[in-house]
Amino acid sequence: MIYLDNAATTRTAPEVVEAMLPYFTENYGNPSALYSLGATGKKAVNEARRRIAGVIGAKQEEIYFTSGGTEADNWALKAAAEGSAYKGRHIITTRIEHHAILNTCKYLEKRGFEVTYLDVDAYGRIDLAQLEGAVRPDTILISVMFANNEIGTLEPIGEIGRLARKKGIMFHTDAVQAFGQLPIQVDELGVDLLSASAHKLNGPKGIGMLYVRSGVKMGSFLHGGEQERNRRAGTENVPGIVGFGAAAARAMDKMVQKAAVERELRDYLIGRIEAEIPYCRLNGHREQRLPGNVNFSFSFIEGESLLIMLDMKGICASSGSACASGSLNPSHVLLATGLKQEEAHGSLRMTLSEENTREEMDIVVEELKQAVARLRNMSPLYEDFIKSTQES
Amino acid sequence: MYSEKVMDHFQNPRNVGEIEDASGVGTVGNAKCGDIMRIFLDIDEEGRIVEAKFKTFGCGAAVAASSMATELIKGKTIEEALQVTNKAVMEALDGLPPVKVHCSLLAEEAIHAALWDYAEKHGIVIKGLNKPKSDIHEEEDASGIL
Repeated sequence: MIYLDNAATTRTAPEVVEAMLPYFTENYGNPSALYSLGATGKKAVNEARRRIAGVIGAKQEEIYFTSGGTEADNWALKAAAEGSAYKGRHIITTRIEHHAILNTCKYLEKRGFEVTYLDVDAYGRIDLAQLEGAVRPDTILISVMFANNEIGTLEPIGEIGRLARKKGIMFHTDAVQAFGQLPIQVDELGVDLLSASAHKLNGPKGIGMLYVRSGVKMGSFLHGGEQERNRRAGTENVPGIVGFGAAAARAMDKMVQKAAVERELRDYLIGRIEAEIPYCRLNGHREQRLPGNVNFSFSFIEGESLLIMLDMKGICASSGSACASGSLNPSHVLLATGLKQEEAHGSLRMTLSEENTREEMDIVVEELKQAVARLRNMSPLYEDFIKSTQES
Repeated sequence: MYSEKVMDHFQNPRNVGEIEDASGVGTVGNAKCGDIMRIFLDIDEEGRIVEAKFKTFGCGAAVAASSMATELIKGKTIEEALQVTNKAVMEALDGLPPVKVHCSLLAEEAIHAALWDYAEKHGIVIKGLNKPKSDIHEEEDASGIL
């Protein structure tokens, strides 16, 4: 099997699982308990918190554990909006955010908040001038993702942070795809709130975090006990938190080397596809791009068919086609970059890890060439296109 | 999520291709929605479908439905082919997931569109056949090359 869907989730690293195991059967105490079994859990949670804070240059007490990236996004937007509603009710975000942000914005719109959705260019980057123009006296929050999950485009987070600071607006970034993959320093970038998830960096599923800058006014998301300094109630997911901490430490150790390996594989794969498969287009930005992201549209074919064909050859990837996602519309991200519907249906995302090899990339290119040719051979769109070129 | 039959007809689609100087050709669906089916029919003088071929842009279910639909109508008379409904295509495929039922409808429409084209070309009226409702050529610009 060749696994090329690391933006969806990653393999939990064996050393991460190893680190978690004692917290199921041995150190299972509730961290809130007074006896020493509880204290062991509490110590482990705080050690994980320290490691995770270190990844983004934050203070330990600024990290709040959640059930994942979706909860962190929900909490950030809802609590920031509610907490600042007395100042204004306007939020700025982008058209290419993850649905955890977009659907939370829709929820807030129903509750009297106004949301501006920034456009992106053909490469998926926002326009800073449009952002500045969108700021109003009642703007209370800007939320722009660090890196896009579909096309891998990196947004100008530092510039957005500077603008937000200058205007006195809170700034949230969904860094689920970038956390532990790229250097992030929240102070330098001017980020006030940041969402991350463990399972994107070889950690376990079901655990994530929200960074909340000290002094930021934020209500609790879950009400109950006094865990997470009264801001997120519920007994801590100790094994998950320990796994997240181990994954964060591992990601920090390997970051430079991992990114270098992935970039090389990525550029090799992009280069071969562009050279060897006609009528394709690279989606996303060529340089401002996640190290492991490859996303192409192939004219005249549909993404789900392509995924099934690749799956039959043991290759796991994903697509922005409507059929692949089970919805009626193709990827909102690809449409926002100006792709036509039919081009968005024919997209293929391959997200690499440092465990992939050049030999695997060669196999993928060969299988992809065959699958694309086979699907084009049965495509009426391709037939029409070939006839139109013969006529002219 | 797909039955073995669907996977078989996707992996080894029957009757892929074109028929030159076909008796009738029907194209239905829309690239914007992600599905286009084109069915070619060769119909003899007695009104029997001697050959059926297809070309499809779409998901696995769309390809499998086209393949099965062409199999089901081959050798049938026009009247018999009109009885090949989307339900028949679905049953022959051992079912489709609920979100893919429209693929079997598209197959039925493609058969009807091809028969309509045949009837128009030959100036005949086929009882029980209505003008197909979807035709990509009404709104499609050339095929969206990248």
